[in-house]
Amino acid sequence: MMRIRIDGQDYHVDDGLTVFEACRRQGIEIPHFCYHERLAIAGNCRMCLVELDSSPKPIASCAMPAAEGMDIRTDSPMVKKARHGVMEFLLINHPLDCPICDQGGECDLQDQAMAYGRFHSRFDENKRAVAEKPFGPLIKSSMTRCIHCTRCVRFATEVAGIEDLGALGRGENVEIGTYVEKALTSELSGNMIDLCPVGALTSKPYAFKARSWELRKTDSIDVMDAVGSHIRLDSRGTEVMRVLPRRCDAINEEWISDKTRFAYDGLKLQRLDRPWLRHSDGVLRPSDWQTIEDVCVEKIKQTDGTRIAALAGELCDCESMFMLKELLDGVSCPHRDCRPFGTFLPWQERWQYLFNTTIAGIEEADACLLIGAYPRYEAALVEARLRKRYLQGGFQGRAFRVGTKLPAHWQIEDVGESPHSLTELADSGHRVAQAFKQAKKPMIIVGMGALQRSDSEAIWHHIMALVQAFGVIRDDWNGFNVLHTRASMVGGMDVGFVPSQGGEARKGIEERARQGSIDVLWLLGEDDVDEETLKKPFVIYQGHHGERGASAADVIVPVPAYSEKDALYMNMEGRLQRGLPAVPPLGQAKEDWRVLTDMANRLGQTWAYQSQRDARRAMQKAYPLFAEKIGNIAAKKEKIELSYRQNGHSDVLNDTPLHSPLVNYYQSNVIARASQTMGRCVSELGGAVATKEKAK
Amino acid sequence: MRRFLYRMVSFLMWDLLRGMALTLRYMFQPRVTLDYPYEKGALSSRFRGEHALRRYPSGEERCIACKLCEAVCPAQAITIEAEEQKDGSRRTTRYDIDMTKCIYCGLCEESCPVDAIVEGPHFEYATETREELIYDKQRLLDNGDRWEQQIEQRLKQEARYR
Repeated sequence: MMRIRIDGQDYHVDDGLTVFEACRRQGIEIPHFCYHERLAIAGNCRMCLVELDSSPKPIASCAMPAAEGMDIRTDSPMVKKARHGVMEFLLINHPLDCPICDQGGECDLQDQAMAYGRFHSRFDENKRAVAEKPFGPLIKSSMTRCIHCTRCVRFATEVAGIEDLGALGRGENVEIGTYVEKALTSELSGNMIDLCPVGALTSKPYAFKARSWELRKTDSIDVMDAVGSHIRLDSRGTEVMRVLPRRCDAINEEWISDKTRFAYDGLKLQRLDRPWLRHSDGVLRPSDWQTIEDVCVEKIKQTDGTRIAALAGELCDCESMFMLKELLDGVSCPHRDCRPFGTFLPWQERWQYLFNTTIAGIEEADACLLIGAYPRYEAALVEARLRKRYLQGGFQGRAFRVGTKLPAHWQIEDVGESPHSLTELADSGHRVAQAFKQAKKPMIIVGMGALQRSDSEAIWHHIMALVQAFGVIRDDWNGFNVLHTRASMVGGMDVGFVPSQGGEARKGIEERARQGSIDVLWLLGEDDVDEETLKKPFVIYQGHHGERGASAADVIVPVPAYSEKDALYMNMEGRLQRGLPAVPPLGQAKEDWRVLTDMANRLGQTWAYQSQRDARRAMQKAYPLFAEKIGNIAAKKEKIELSYRQNGHSDVLNDTPLHSPLVNYYQSNVIARASQTMGRCVSELGGAVATKEKAK
Repeated sequence: MRRFLYRMVSFLMWDLLRGMALTLRYMFQPRVTLDYPYEKGALSSRFRGEHALRRYPSGEERCIACKLCEAVCPAQAITIEAEEQKDGSRRTTRYDIDMTKCIYCGLCEESCPVDAIVEGPHFEYATETREELIYDKQRLLDNGDRWEQQIEQRLKQEARYR
């Protein structure tokens, strides 16, 4: 602690703060443009000038470390004059195009010009004009408006890890741009739009669509990946106009990935807005709720429970999975799964399928081993954390990867591609084993690339052996992590949407369906099923987008998408989260709880749910995890006992490299696939870097 | 005596005569009433009549969809939707004014940075149904084309006060 005086008042502040931070923590706002708490200090906008008694000139508070006994003034005439002067200089070349600028209404420069700007210009000279820079299909640039704060440059180099952006030229000729003309290929590029304090970088899909003041803001949770980023849905009328991040230090800090930010136009396209029924001539025709419920209930009543199966898709919320599970239990159907095809992932103990270290916990880890995980695509914000930790120097070169050599945004050492390398690592003489031995908080991240294979079970046991050998799980540290790609998976396993006694898992369900021993297949928003599987059974598709699942369905049950429902989600850390509806359900779509309650009651199960809240309460009663406070990691105190088969078991590892199944970052789910913006990204940026790499 | 005078006043219909005299006097003065549909009074250059959307002399729409008029409108009579045009310019795709809501305060005109929405001199647009009073963009642009000369002249007159 040290004592400094701000505006004539004494304060005790923490050591190591800058003058700017010291003032801000006391609630004293200092106007600024280039300063951002999550980026390096640049000190080039000069807006944060303050007066220091020992300095004859005003100082840039963002770059000046606070020291014991400093006497700072933020309200003196000198400071005011300095701010007016800086603002006048900034406005020399800033165009007067606020009415057509998308930043208008939420612009730092606009706001601060109201406080420190002159109302007339004293400059007769022409304003400078800068050519537009192509930044790809997501970011629209208008570089004439740029005030050279370099926030975007710093974000790109520090957080996103692409050194493509920079400032070229000197003095009046300085321009921000990519050195060679190219689009930005980061999965976090959209955050530059939020960072830009003026309208130089704006969102291309949102261009000219709406004004900030006419949007209704709703706090929600992202379902595009399993990270569960906190987002804000901005809507007008019945339309989601844009998606912005909310600050959440534990998960996404204040960034979100491009898919989260830009896939929202998929919410308007290819939607299922009314019930459909396949008639006897094999043609799907629009129907009504009464009819389709009759058909479904009749079909389920006629069918034996063991010939019914259900699969949950990646965008499902916890309540709907819980209710469908209850419904299936009611007709004694054991076959259900929320995991994608061929996934081996035990659900009996919760730590086995969670990202136990937590995302914020990555910043404590000092060694890392990725096994078949490709966080850059699978969870872009985990990649950002890993990069952050790498830049902090925390890994000290102890970051390794087993899996295909795909470009990452941080330095990682490849120690083999095929699962056989896992056996090599376990050898105590191996470099990795030695590095992990030295580490105090080692972490292993297991990706879907390792768990969705024919030899996944064997790989799992090898990984468990590594966990044991490396001491990844300790009393005060759990370094075992599963990197999920589907938002619903942890929630699904938590509500028990997994095969019950005598039930088949995903693979078995699909095989049985193909053989014809499954008569009714209920797809809860699941589209990653091949046609062959859907041919024989009677398919009920409960979802919101018309895609593979819906086109093969016999009955389509339209339900709201994530932006239209109040629902609980579990992210990959096992953190309970709640998304709120921004817009009403589309067309005739009914909420999941309503549909399932109606059906269950008709099937003779007496559910007395009157609202979503009732359903949620029932779920909380059955699974106390969900009664946890929203935003907390719903932890079950359990003693972790590693159990794995020692070497010599029959499962054989095969030679194919561990490769992430998520090859197309931009189009990984139905909403993203329906989105035109994401389509443009794929065609312009080639969202499938991984596929290309694989082809090589 | 007073009583006698009162009697005389009423007997000679003095009040009536005074009234008639006033009438007679006005008969020789210039008349102030207008034969409305055929005759019209002068309008101030600040008169706030029917709305119009203006164009540049090149024929390009002035409105840039900044939505300030929509935001400022106290009656919330204006609805705007916008989109990027093929040439990259910012233009409205929808510009509706509900004339039944409008209170003719002129704030839309005042807030417009490009003098696109104006309240012109036209005031004779009564209709038989309400629906006809919900103006769309085409109607407003047509108004602008029709009244451009007058509007321009009036804006010029007012320019020095703005």
